[in-house]
Amino acid sequence: MKKHLPWILLTLCALWILSSLRPQKSASGIDHVGFGQLPVLLNGRVQPLNSVAINALLQIRGTRKVPLQGNNAKGEWGNFPEIQEKAEGPLTERRWYQFSKHPKKLGATEWLMEVMMLPEQANQRYIFAVNHPDLISELNLQKKGLDRSGLRFFAFAELETHLQKIEKHAKSINPKPELRTPFERAVAKLNHSLILFLRLKNSLQPQDSTDFAAELNDYLAEIPPGVQAFRNREAGEEFDSTAFDRLRQKIERYDVANRLAYPLLVPPPQPEKDRDEWSNIGVNLLNTIHTGGLPDAVKHYAAISSAYAQTDAQTFNASLSQYHSYLQKQLGAELKKAKIEHRYYNRFSPFQKSIALYIIAFLLACLSWFHPARWQWMNRSAYYLILLAAVIHSAGLLTRMMLEGRPPVTNLYSSAIFVGWGAVILGIILERFYRDGIGIVIASVVGFITLIIAHNLSMDGDTMEMLQAVLDTNFWLATHVVIITLGYSATFVAGFLALLYIIRGFFTKTLTRSTASGLNRMVYGIICFATLFSFVGTILGGIWADQSWGRFWGWDPKENGALLIVIWNALILHCRWGGLVRERGLMNLAVFGNVVTAFSWFGVNILSIGLHSYGFMDGTFRWLMLFAGSQVAFIILGAVPLRYWLSFRNTFSKNQNSTSEQTS
Amino acid sequence: MINRALQTLTSLKLTVVCLAAAMVLVFFGTLAQVDEGLYAAQDRYFKSFYIAPLWKIGNFWILPIFPGGYTIGIVLLVNLIAAHGKRFKLTKKKIGIFLTHAGLILLLLGQLLTDVLSRESALNFEEGETKNYSIDFRKNELVFIDKSDAKTDTVVSVPESRLRKGYTLADANLPFRIQIHQYWPNADFTTDKTTAGAVSTTANQGDAKDFLVLPAAKTTEMDKRDLPCAVIELFDDEQSIGTWLTSAILNPQTIQHKNKTFDLALRYQRYYEPFSLSLLKATHEKYKGTENPKNFSSRVRLKNKATNEDREVLIYMNHPLRYGGLTFYQHQMAADEAAVQQGHIPNSTLQVVRNPTWLTPYLACLMVGAGLLVQFLTHLISFLRKQKKKTNGPKQKQTPKQNT
Repeated sequence: MKKHLPWILLTLCALWILSSLRPQKSASGIDHVGFGQLPVLLNGRVQPLNSVAINALLQIRGTRKVPLQGNNAKGEWGNFPEIQEKAEGPLTERRWYQFSKHPKKLGATEWLMEVMMLPEQANQRYIFAVNHPDLISELNLQKKGLDRSGLRFFAFAELETHLQKIEKHAKSINPKPELRTPFERAVAKLNHSLILFLRLKNSLQPQDSTDFAAELNDYLAEIPPGVQAFRNREAGEEFDSTAFDRLRQKIERYDVANRLAYPLLVPPPQPEKDRDEWSNIGVNLLNTIHTGGLPDAVKHYAAISSAYAQTDAQTFNASLSQYHSYLQKQLGAELKKAKIEHRYYNRFSPFQKSIALYIIAFLLACLSWFHPARWQWMNRSAYYLILLAAVIHSAGLLTRMMLEGRPPVTNLYSSAIFVGWGAVILGIILERFYRDGIGIVIASVVGFITLIIAHNLSMDGDTMEMLQAVLDTNFWLATHVVIITLGYSATFVAGFLALLYIIRGFFTKTLTRSTASGLNRMVYGIICFATLFSFVGTILGGIWADQSWGRFWGWDPKENGALLIVIWNALILHCRWGGLVRERGLMNLAVFGNVVTAFSWFGVNILSIGLHSYGFMDGTFRWLMLFAGSQVAFIILGAVPLRYWLSFRNTFSKNQNSTSEQTS
Repeated sequence: MINRALQTLTSLKLTVVCLAAAMVLVFFGTLAQVDEGLYAAQDRYFKSFYIAPLWKIGNFWILPIFPGGYTIGIVLLVNLIAAHGKRFKLTKKKIGIFLTHAGLILLLLGQLLTDVLSRESALNFEEGETKNYSIDFRKNELVFIDKSDAKTDTVVSVPESRLRKGYTLADANLPFRIQIHQYWPNADFTTDKTTAGAVSTTANQGDAKDFLVLPAAKTTEMDKRDLPCAVIELFDDEQSIGTWLTSAILNPQTIQHKNKTFDLALRYQRYYEPFSLSLLKATHEKYKGTENPKNFSSRVRLKNKATNEDREVLIYMNHPLRYGGLTFYQHQMAADEAAVQQGHIPNSTLQVVRNPTWLTPYLACLMVGAGLLVQFLTHLISFLRKQKKKTNGPKQKQTPKQNT
């Protein structure tokens, strides 16, 4: 049985992962999947509405779903708006011990559909994260909203009466983001979320429209008399003031929608000529005055919206599939790309899946060290799972590359994904040679941490945004950026191997002599390659700088950060060659490499914002300091004499006994 | 004694000490940029022989004195060359190490030379404009422009570094002698005598004779510039013609003497070239639906009378023009709709760099990369061989039991 356990575990995990690739069915009868696949233009790139929804929801709420059920202040369970009336005080999401409860949740696309087509409903959802106590009390929100382990979310309906106050505050905050107080930052965040919400509401139709299709029919009918009235008025003749006013009101509304629109929903009218000419619904409605007709896409969206507002699933699905076949004819490539992004990137969520696998593999590999002989199946299982995780991680990376048409690293988010990927591959190679679980643990730990970092970075919005002009070169992205990021990976792998040496040696008895010297060789070998990658990567960066703005080296913070890694790795190698350090010294130096790399990766970004800011002690900086502090603590631990190490204590006492015997 | 010195000079310990010092220097040099600005920190930490003190927090300092970039670089270079001279024989086994270090020497020497020989300036022109000079925004010059010839102006220039109290200059092209009375590296003007810190001058001629000078500290911000200001007196033999206050803020002032007219100005340093560039078209592309720039490009006409060259060139991001020992890079641009709506003629700024040693890093990168690769691959291969022997040996050695 034990022999088969690894395979069984692998199969189960693979099945779980593949299951999320099945075509998705919509439970309510409304085809929200099809709606989420519709291609639109945002941030300069074509993406599915589902991505717009996820990124907006992450920015506003910090989650990918909106809960619809939970507890009220008395502890009663139920649907949200209803149970609040029964007890005064904030609602709470499912508590961790409420295992029997499975709260209904709104997916990102479903939420976006409400925002765009049924805003009254969307106003009731608890999405706005407000956590600064002063802001909560200023807006009188103490007894409102929804609580999730101390985080508070509020509905637009609860904030609506305070919009002016929020706007007033937002106007008076410091224009330089880095100099803002925590309160000002809370105001800025809320204001940003509110604006985003408002823009989404006005992207498909004016937000107060209740039956968009009918409204457009009226509009088309109103144009000729309205225009006539306008002309008469201009000419100073008698004019039909009702027709004039009606048209003017419509135009004013569409003008607002035009100015607020966020994603561009209407595809290019002549895709064979220009595939970039996307536009928003508002501007198309304004143009109708001149053209007299509506673009097909607008008609389709209007039909979809009206059916949705009337909860007519059948008509909705029929209109949606008509629009799909229209797109298939006009913009097949864009539709296909949007579908791929929706299914294989957003829904499949390869990086989230990898995170889960890394955790399981890590636990299995660690456990196997305590009874290496009896629990060898755990080691094997962990190895198979790491391989599976690497495949999923790579698939995610490749999907991103395909969607962007770019090399793997284009921004901070993708650098985190890639650093993790590089470390996982290195870990697997180590495991192939040593087969002692160390490679698995390194791969899973670094993979896990970097993907968590990436997840946090994704809260800022679209992670596949277009590149600034100077970065728009696949050649340098593929060489300099990839190589230097692999340098980060390798330095982190060496550092974490060294951490493992210290932790296992100091706290457990599992660090045998052979494991220790194995680790020693691994760290040395990895540092060699880290030196190669970081050096070549840094110099290539200099050459790119020479190509694009005429100086090889400018001592700017990012360059200096990269240089620090190179110097540190070179220093470690020379220390070892010169016999200045042995095994333990090498480990301690390698652990410090983690600090250097983390500084180069993130610290530099903080520097360019400025050290004087209030943001100084917060967010990234706090994490960076915590990380650096923990690494220094490990170095101190690593410097403690070996006789206090659990793994070596016996060796020492034996030696002492033998010497005392000899002397006696 | 000499032996010991030689031993220290060639030792790996010295290498490690230098590398550690470089770590400290780069770290603090980077932190210092926040307070001092990029260029000032660069000069103080990296383009210097020592820093005193290394770092200051309030009244406390860390390390009273620390070696600067030049010192560390030179010691490292000497150590590297000496160690190779003493220890290394070029064997097959050491070829990787040798190549790596030779590449490093090239890189360090190249950068040292770049430091001395390179020059950065900028060329800004509007569409339709032609220029044969570039401007150095970090340096200023005091100029007297003789405009009596209709075709060409004669310019007498005094670099800012000479502008010190008491400096005098007589030039064959000028009918007078110049004497500098006062000089401020960065200053503003006021006419309000009650302003704190305002200094009155002895100026009795020109547009600014009634102004008071408000001296200011040198700027540390990247996007601001210093506005220098000087009081100069002109003499015909021993007879004073007058005293002028001149500043980078002011437009050129006219001086008339002996039937000749001169423009007097304190302006950005200019570098003239034997060829000219005209901007034909500046293009600023954005991603649809965003304000993010997609591409900047400048179509220019290059004319050189000496070589009879007359051709069009497209300069855009990551694709500079290399000509006449100079490289022209697309740097800034105001050519989008917003700029045009504000009434600007589309214009483009090119970064102009003269760097005769620009090729050294390319070569060095190749050498070090190849050297490290060779070295580490030999390590890896011998390691793999050993590992293979192990696996082929007695089977039980592989079981984890060995670990317990």
